[in-house]
Amino acid sequence: MKYFKLILSFILTIGIFFLLNTKLGSIPPIGKFLNPYTGVWQNETDESITGEIAISGLKDKVTVHYDAELIPHVFAQNEVDLYKAQGYLTAKHRLWQMEFQTYAAAGRLSEILGDNTLDYDRQERRRGMGYGAEQAIIAMNKDPETASFVKAYADGVNAYIKQLSPEDYPVEYKLLDYKPEAWTPKKTALLLMYMTKMLAGGDEDIENTNAIRLFGKERFDLLFPDFFDIVDPIIPKETDWSFIDVPQTPNPNTEIVLDSIAEVMDKPNPDNGSNNWAVSGSKSYSGNAILANDPHLGLKLPAIWFVMQLSTPNHNTFGATIPGALGVISGFNEHISWGETNATRDVIDWYKVEFNDDGTKYKYDSSWKDVTYRVETISIKGKEAYTDSIRFTHHGPVVFDKNFKSDNEKFGYAMKWIGHLGGDNQKTFLELNKSKNYDDYVKAISHYTAPAQNFVFASTEGDIALWIQGLLPNKWEGQGKFIMDGSDPRNDWQSFIPQQFNAHTKNPERGFVSSANQHPVDENYPYYVYNDGYETYRNRVINDFFSAKDKFSIQDFKDLQNSNYNLKAAEIVPYMLETMDISTLTKEEKAIYDEMAAWQFNNDIDEVGPSIFRQWYGRVYNMVWDEFDVEDTALDTPFTYQTIYLLKNKGDDKFMDILETPEIETAKELFLLAFKKATEQLQKLKEEDGDYKWLTYKATYAGHLLQALPALSRFDIPIGGDGSTVNATSENHGPSWRMIVEMTSPPTALGIYPGGQSGNPGSKYYDNFIDDWAAGKYHSLNFLQSNTATNAIIGTQTLTPSN
Amino acid sequence: MPKSIINFGLTIILALVLSLFLPWWSVMTAALATSLFIPLKRASVFFIPFFAILLFWAVYSFVLSSGNDYTLAKRISILLSLGGNPYVLILVTGIVGGLAAGIAAVFGKQLSLMLKK
Repeated sequence: MKYFKLILSFILTIGIFFLLNTKLGSIPPIGKFLNPYTGVWQNETDESITGEIAISGLKDKVTVHYDAELIPHVFAQNEVDLYKAQGYLTAKHRLWQMEFQTYAAAGRLSEILGDNTLDYDRQERRRGMGYGAEQAIIAMNKDPETASFVKAYADGVNAYIKQLSPEDYPVEYKLLDYKPEAWTPKKTALLLMYMTKMLAGGDEDIENTNAIRLFGKERFDLLFPDFFDIVDPIIPKETDWSFIDVPQTPNPNTEIVLDSIAEVMDKPNPDNGSNNWAVSGSKSYSGNAILANDPHLGLKLPAIWFVMQLSTPNHNTFGATIPGALGVISGFNEHISWGETNATRDVIDWYKVEFNDDGTKYKYDSSWKDVTYRVETISIKGKEAYTDSIRFTHHGPVVFDKNFKSDNEKFGYAMKWIGHLGGDNQKTFLELNKSKNYDDYVKAISHYTAPAQNFVFASTEGDIALWIQGLLPNKWEGQGKFIMDGSDPRNDWQSFIPQQFNAHTKNPERGFVSSANQHPVDENYPYYVYNDGYETYRNRVINDFFSAKDKFSIQDFKDLQNSNYNLKAAEIVPYMLETMDISTLTKEEKAIYDEMAAWQFNNDIDEVGPSIFRQWYGRVYNMVWDEFDVEDTALDTPFTYQTIYLLKNKGDDKFMDILETPEIETAKELFLLAFKKATEQLQKLKEEDGDYKWLTYKATYAGHLLQALPALSRFDIPIGGDGSTVNATSENHGPSWRMIVEMTSPPTALGIYPGGQSGNPGSKYYDNFIDDWAAGKYHSLNFLQSNTATNAIIGTQTLTPSN
Repeated sequence: MPKSIINFGLTIILALVLSLFLPWWSVMTAALATSLFIPLKRASVFFIPFFAILLFWAVYSFVLSSGNDYTLAKRISILLSLGGNPYVLILVTGIVGGLAAGIAAVFGKQLSLMLKK
């Protein structure tokens, strides 16, 4: 009996230890997680912002002044120390996020999350993310200075990691039960690849191929024109291109590959975009140029941006950084300011590849070329590793073949992507941080390859400019719109547009420059550019705004960034209201009809119009494009602008008909059918949520990077707007950094973002900017002119060399 | 002083000392050691160390959390489906530690009975 009790109690003891020490499903190892001396209770604290910290390898002292928003103002004596300090401080406030993003970039999530993310990891490996990062490292290492700074940054991150004991690990490590690994320059390259994927990782070649096969060329061209009937391009229409003396690649008129493809890879959010603009002194209330930027990205916590001031005796820079990358990405220094929007060019093309019998060679120019193999081993938490062998051609990785989303032994599809070509894109930002004038800016961005960006510029000297910069293939007319035959050399990218011929404008006559992801140029630009998902609404609101009067103030800039005016709705709603037959509307439906008619097209939170519009127009759109719902066929429905154009101008087109019904519908009938369904849904929402005001309907939220874990996210953020308004805030996407800089000497700047400086959910600085951001407020950025704490500073920490 | 009070106090002191160099299961070690040297009887074998560690962990978490407005405790309380109430999380923390300690103490008691022979 005694032995029995002893053994039983022993088993119980081991059992409880195991139970509390092991991660079970999504439940963290609860003993480890909850104990107060190494568990999450240790994260219940704000960060230390005073005292001295010894860091090995620093050459000199680095002073870090924190202001009340927890923005670090860093004063280093040289650039190596500066970037070491940037690495150290970024890790201090955002370690888990910066590491997690590189795991996501590299296709390594299964290492920490188990086999639910295996498909994602395989996809990222097949996309060639690791390969691309290795090419970027090679390019970075060609420039010893960039390489030394990237190394210093890594050393800084590692200096922080080394100081940590398990109780100091950020909450997410404790939750998922793993620990940080050393940072490397490759992780910086992976982070830059992650941005490239986010901003230049989308294309429609496969969907277009399916569409042209199903609908024919004439119908395809109607639905997907290269240019819409209105284009208000980034580079003004009247620009003279006669200085360009390298012609577009002549069209070889090769055949389109009319394959049927069922599945494609995950795409970046099509709303990933941004606004930027600058007015010249002549259009500014003060005579100083003014610049603004607001990149639209997923609303995440921890926030995508981390704001810093970075200075040495030779330069002084302020703005938004991306954890993992060096320098300021969107910001200003004493002389210039700059910001980016996405250039959305087609830099991904797909090639059909024919293999020989054993799959080791592929056909090219009537001979057989060897494939190279890249073996990707994906470690999986708690499971055996998964190995995927990926074949590479001279085009790029064969993403789809018998091992991935296909069962064809003989053929595969290879991806040609600018992201695989390498490039020292870090150098552009390092140089922009130090640029003093227009010429420095042009030189800085000239190295930049991807993701192509619209770089807006303004200087204290009074210049404004905008360059569309990236390494862009000089394509023949129509190249890369559809899948191409990979064996025909004429289908390869033949050359790149010479950098100096990338579209740009400096001090244009109209007195302002702007971009909002719209068409870069009109048809007069001598190189092939086609509509690859360009934005068509925000840009016109912005350009109309700046054409409407002579002088603009900071308040005008704020108003524009926060504008909820919905041009898309304004262009279709009156037509729908007018055309629809309202004789059969019930009393309830008529009431909603009247609400719609009263709407002034502002997506403000207390309006019901935006919700009715979403419901109504959304249903019309789906009814129009029911032809695109084809089993086992990847298809993209046409863009909104063209849909609205067809509704208004070709309302009796065959596409308007709903295939399922015996009747032949036209746009007019669709309006009524959709309206009745929409009102039904709106009334249901009203019963469930109390009302269908835009605030309730949209329910904007900022989700934690880990599948928006509710505990670490913010919900029901009271902000208006929508994807196509200048304040481009939709449900979980929007202006991720709003900045306005007036080019006084030194510049005067405002900035805010939806998040907070701290990555620690236990810190009050985790999400403290969100309310002000939602309300359209800005924070003054304290641009310190010397290493002296002003009264804006709440704490000073000194990083000292430890040897 | 009754044995139970000595056991109670010693468990806490030992847990505190061991926590300086052992992970979370230091509370199990502390309860086991205490029960070997200061054996209790019947239900108190389990409950004295249980309440000792419950008190220790709950008070310690309370001290850490109350100084920071329970910012993180509220979130973790949502994460673990405890309704967002930080005090419930503090109590659960205490119970988790207490449970581990109590069970270890029962084992210690059985071990001490064997060793006496």
